[in-house]
Amino acid sequence: MSLAPAAIERSVNNAVARTRGEPGPLLEILHAVQNDLGCIPPESVALIAAALNLSRAEVHGVVSFYHHFRDHPAGEHTIQLCRAEACQSMQGDALADFAKRRLQLGFGETRKDGKVTLEAVYCLGNCACAPSAMIDGQLRGRVDAQALAECADAWGVPS
Amino acid sequence: MSARALVTVFVPGDAGAVSLGANAVADVLARECRRREIPIRLVRNGSRGLYWLEPLVEVVTAAGRVAYGPVRASDVPALLDAGFLEGRPHALLLGDIENHEWLRNQQRVTAARIGVVDPSDIDDYIAHGGYAGLQAALAMPPIEIVRTVIGSGLRGRGGAAFPSGTKWQTVFEQVAAQKYVACNADEGDSGTFADRMLMEGDPFALIEGMTIAGLAVGATQGYIYLRVEYPHAARALARALHVARERGYLGKNLRDSGRDFDIAVRLGAGAYICGEETSMLESLQGRRGEVRVRPPLPAVKGLFGEPTLVHNVVTLATIPVILARGATAYRELGAGQSRGTVLLQLGGNVKQGGLVELAFGLTVRQLVYGYGGGTASGRPVRAVQVGGPLGAYLPESELDTPLEYEALSARSALLGHAGVVVFDDTVDMARMARFALEFCAIESCGKCAPCRIGSARGVELLDRIIAKQGNGDANVALLAELCDTMQNGSLCGLGGLTPFPVRSALKHFPEDFR
Repeated sequence: MSLAPAAIERSVNNAVARTRGEPGPLLEILHAVQNDLGCIPPESVALIAAALNLSRAEVHGVVSFYHHFRDHPAGEHTIQLCRAEACQSMQGDALADFAKRRLQLGFGETRKDGKVTLEAVYCLGNCACAPSAMIDGQLRGRVDAQALAECADAWGVPS
Repeated sequence: MSARALVTVFVPGDAGAVSLGANAVADVLARECRRREIPIRLVRNGSRGLYWLEPLVEVVTAAGRVAYGPVRASDVPALLDAGFLEGRPHALLLGDIENHEWLRNQQRVTAARIGVVDPSDIDDYIAHGGYAGLQAALAMPPIEIVRTVIGSGLRGRGGAAFPSGTKWQTVFEQVAAQKYVACNADEGDSGTFADRMLMEGDPFALIEGMTIAGLAVGATQGYIYLRVEYPHAARALARALHVARERGYLGKNLRDSGRDFDIAVRLGAGAYICGEETSMLESLQGRRGEVRVRPPLPAVKGLFGEPTLVHNVVTLATIPVILARGATAYRELGAGQSRGTVLLQLGGNVKQGGLVELAFGLTVRQLVYGYGGGTASGRPVRAVQVGGPLGAYLPESELDTPLEYEALSARSALLGHAGVVVFDDTVDMARMARFALEFCAIESCGKCAPCRIGSARGVELLDRIIAKQGNGDANVALLAELCDTMQNGSLCGLGGLTPFPVRSALKHFPEDFR
């Protein structure tokens, strides 16, 4: 799916206008664009750079520095599985293996049918309820294979 | 049926409780009560910090608050049938939660209001002692506020444990047209969640602490750098900031003091390194979160090149109570160079995880077995990691170490942000050492070679050790040397402290590396 140039331009302009007068607004703008478009489209980089009087390299450097920003949209559904120590201590490795197998995905990948994106995150601040995952933006604690399988089934991911 | 009085029910809106179904509990409760024509006032409080009992629902009865938990949405009809709104018995009845053995002996100072108050209600905050600190501060000349913080013995709770008052003094002494207070809410250490609980459960404490800091050092603008992984905290802060502004606790001429202070929230974007203060300041300015060399210290040249007071959430949220009760009252808690209370966060493979606030001095063993009840899996404890991904792994033989700065550093360990993660005997410590280096490689900002390259080489080395390729002893010796280079040659704590978990694993669990 590619985004219309007009939509990208509108999104960037809105974000720039909303943060006008604020010092160092680049991260704010990137958040706004990604919330709006689901990603930071590569075409938006030059527009953002021009609006902030930065070089494209500077904007690209910021986009690529932060794990949160993506240059293409995620799938319909996103599972962010915590891979940090507290979740590892609760059989997080086995859960990660299950997720990869069931979704037929590696971390950082989106299924070809566009249904699911699987991502590794490092700590969701829910370490007393490990293992944790953020599933479509909802934090879930004490996640097990069954919970992930139920999501995959509900989303129609072929097993 | 006679007309009933409005019953107040607390169902936590804390992210951890929500992750275990608290929203569904609240929804079903509201629906069932509507259907049964029972008027209730539903409050979404923070978590008391007993996570194995979440969602923990409290009902206000004539005899006080009565707790039930862990409550699932499907339990709600039966609870109502049993008369839980009057505090009647049910299998999930816990009674007065403050009498629970987990909470009874805690010393909740910074976390006193979490789980108790409605985090969106400023009047509830004030009724529970909130804004007494600000009131005291407004009656003092700024230097007196600074002296109070110095006198309290408070040290930065974010991990570095630097004496807070010294920082305040430095920023106070700077002459500049604009100064800032920057709150580091990029709580990225695995095993830690106290900042999150505070922001969600008692956001006004952070706001008040930052306001007092602004008055003391002469800053008019504060920023909260919040990690993007904390959407619940972002909503709680936005609500509280709005209310504080409306009620004149923030903004121009706050509380008719003639002083200005306001706070803006800035979201991070998933970079662990931005918990390092210079990296955070770069990120707040919309740049790559690359670490920079100190000096100049942020207190002298920080955000936008201006003097900036940087503290983490727990530190700032502790300021109001210090101002309200005085430096001595706070200082009297704790021992040695570790004064006041510490917010210990117990997680991982533990039966009873959550938040324990006590004056410094509790041992790891008391925390893990006394509060935690041992492992969740029921297997023996093999290792306990204290202080997040840059903290050391302690073996069973070192669990009597007190959780305080000096005692831990004497054992080549650190308290960090006071996260404590328990592992059972299925853990492979060579894999955990590898993970420490892998995490460093993923999260390195790339500015200095020891961290950027050392971490990647370290992962390769551990892969060889784990696969038993080449000369094992030589590989382990090389790993130790690599740790030396990273520890002594890195620009900041990420590269400099990653050797702590690696070395502790090597030292205490050598059998896993053979």
